[in-house]
Amino acid sequence: MHHNDFQKQEGRLFTKSFFVLLALVLIGAVLIGLRFTKGLGAVSNMSDGFPWGIWLAYDVATGTAIACGGYTVAILVYIRHNMHYHPLIRSCVLTSMFGYALAGLSVMVDLGRPWNVYNFFIPSRWQLNSVMFEVAMCVMTYTLVLIIEFLPGILYSLETSEWRRLRAFANWLHPALAPDQEKLSGLIDKVRRTAGVIRPWLDKVLIFFIVLGITLPTMHQSSLGSLLLIAATKLNPLWHTGFLPLLFLVNCIYIGYSVVILESLISSYAFKRPYEVKELAGLAGIIPWLTVIWLGIVFGDLAFRHQLSAAFRLDFYSGFFLAQVLLVLAGSVLLFRARNRTSPRWLFVSAVLIVLGGALYRFNVYLIGFDPGSGWRYFPSLAELMITVSIVAFEILGYQILVKLVPVLPRIHMHGHGKPHGTHHIENKAPATKGLPDGI
Amino acid sequence: MDTNIGMRSELSRRDFVKGCVTLTAFMGLPHALVGKVQETAESDRRLPVIWLHFQECTGCSESLLRSSHPTIASLILDKISLDYHETLMAGSGEQAEKSMHDCITANKGKYVLVVEGAIPTAENGIFCKVGGRTAVDSLAAAAKDALAIISIGTCASYGGIQAVPPNPTGAVGVGALVKDKPIVNIPGCPPNPYAFLSTVLYYLTFNKLPALDALGRPKFAYGRRIHEHCERRPHFDAGRFARAYGDEGHAQGYCLYQLGCKGPVTFANCPVQRFNDVGAWPVSIGHPCIGCTEPDILFKTSIAEKVQIHEPTPFDGYPPVDTGKKGKGASPLTTAVVGLAAGVALGAGAMMAKNLPDSAAASKDKKNP
Repeated sequence: MHHNDFQKQEGRLFTKSFFVLLALVLIGAVLIGLRFTKGLGAVSNMSDGFPWGIWLAYDVATGTAIACGGYTVAILVYIRHNMHYHPLIRSCVLTSMFGYALAGLSVMVDLGRPWNVYNFFIPSRWQLNSVMFEVAMCVMTYTLVLIIEFLPGILYSLETSEWRRLRAFANWLHPALAPDQEKLSGLIDKVRRTAGVIRPWLDKVLIFFIVLGITLPTMHQSSLGSLLLIAATKLNPLWHTGFLPLLFLVNCIYIGYSVVILESLISSYAFKRPYEVKELAGLAGIIPWLTVIWLGIVFGDLAFRHQLSAAFRLDFYSGFFLAQVLLVLAGSVLLFRARNRTSPRWLFVSAVLIVLGGALYRFNVYLIGFDPGSGWRYFPSLAELMITVSIVAFEILGYQILVKLVPVLPRIHMHGHGKPHGTHHIENKAPATKGLPDGI
Repeated sequence: MDTNIGMRSELSRRDFVKGCVTLTAFMGLPHALVGKVQETAESDRRLPVIWLHFQECTGCSESLLRSSHPTIASLILDKISLDYHETLMAGSGEQAEKSMHDCITANKGKYVLVVEGAIPTAENGIFCKVGGRTAVDSLAAAAKDALAIISIGTCASYGGIQAVPPNPTGAVGVGALVKDKPIVNIPGCPPNPYAFLSTVLYYLTFNKLPALDALGRPKFAYGRRIHEHCERRPHFDAGRFARAYGDEGHAQGYCLYQLGCKGPVTFANCPVQRFNDVGAWPVSIGHPCIGCTEPDILFKTSIAEKVQIHEPTPFDGYPPVDTGKKGKGASPLTTAVVGLAAGVALGAGAMMAKNLPDSAAASKDKKNP
């Protein structure tokens, strides 16, 4: 790992958005508590017909696709060996880590009998033909891999940080509670030394985890599509096809790149950093080709199955199908123009369109196009939605805190001129320089 | 049991009562009402009926002629007063027309109009004329004072084979022309005569028309799919299919789904109330259902075309698994919150897009002029 590619974001931890997000997280925590004390029915609208609600459709199926930034950028950096994308990787891995860990948490909230979950860790009880087993195994392992991939950053900051926040906190505490200064320094020293021992060792074995980190999502992202193969009579024929695994895989890759663009633009905007236009333009050049392949498979398959007329019937299902196609198409058409690929505004608009379209595809497959039989209906309850919202809020909160504690974001003066380099970065608007830390 | 009672000329008391029990069950009425249905069947009250034929093959009338409880003879003579039926009446020409006219004037608002066949509308309806009048005019005249209209057969209900594109005669069903009268559709090619007889008996017993589905068909006869009652359903559930006519599976009586059976999407009770009083129906003799009661299937999809099963329903012989609880829909509060959040997200996205610099050059110029 090239630690000089990254830097910490300066600034206060406890901002206004911190408290708003924290409030949302706490509401969700209370509701999750309610779910475990009063049962699923108390908080969710799920039923026998719709045992998979918004938690599965969003948090697992869509959330992990949105968390595919780490996977997709890893493909570019470590397989295509495009090292100039390397500065993006740590923030991508961070979002992926939160996305996957929280997808796992959602499954735990969603499971009807969570106390049976220990069976998962007993190999003799594994059902190796089950797609769901593969997804569960991969998501869990990949979460672990992502944590390990992110560990060098944490170890690095443990080792080099001055621990100012901790010292300030110790000083702020009542003298009776405050630990002895010397003892604290000794403790910090010990942690630093341990981190210093682990880090070089981890750097050596890290490539193994990076390989795993590319293999696992390829496996389970396609399996998320395979999960619905069994629902041949329930999933509308617009979406049910033998190509579901391939469609899900390609879908997650272009969502992944689009999310990397969004995440980079939003964090540049929020933290008033220069925009990483050059790297993003490179990603944006890949996306439309992926979506064209994807749309080609979608329509080719529909034609092959004689379902094209159903796609243009303009009923409920065809409406959602066309919305999904048009969103992805509109975003891709924008990105085919080279000028738009270097414009933060149009990068943002097209990435939003593609993420929305790609996510709608997953919603269509998991919820909207899913009809378990006449009379069944499902719309998430408010409590159910709030749990999902709180999980998203937790992701943003965690990202916001960790980028300030650990060097995650790309280093601004990568090119060594002491100030932001004009050719590769677009300066953020007016207040930008104010927010930039001294010495950069 | 001798199921061939239709071949006998006399109807025994025992068979008559059995017939009434069948019809009561057929209409989905509780067993306690058998007496009432029987009373109606025995009573002397006669319902005036005018039966018009347009573009059709008379198959529906033929099918009705083969019913035996009650027989068509007892139906015509005792239960209804069939004042005009082009195939069955003895009279012809002016005499027949007069009989219809008399019935309409004498029973204003009290007679039932039965229509068999589609009505041509193209070129002023010249494709079908009886007594110098077009079908459109005859229908309008007869429908004006009718108590209710029964469209018997798929042609009268939805246009049938005449209405299949290119539809040169502009054929339509009764429902497309008559809007101000209650219409009961008894589709089928031909329909089961008991669906018609039960509708008539239902009206005579309760003085109202039976409950209808969205396509205007009595729910008691068209409320469930063929697939739910089919005797070959266990083969379907077990995955045993006939793959070609005359193959091993076909000879074994396996499910005909792969041969294009439309049973899974066709609403009718053919497997339960069979035809010709001999216990036969198409699937029982090895031919897939062609979906003759469904306007969108008959003549519109090929017989060999396999249908897609969207909403699988269990075989009706199994105990019900439906608990009646079908999940909760959207609550106003949730939709409001979702709408609000979507609006805010859209607005924030638009603001964000507006605030982001449009191009690399533009923002640089601003910074370093």
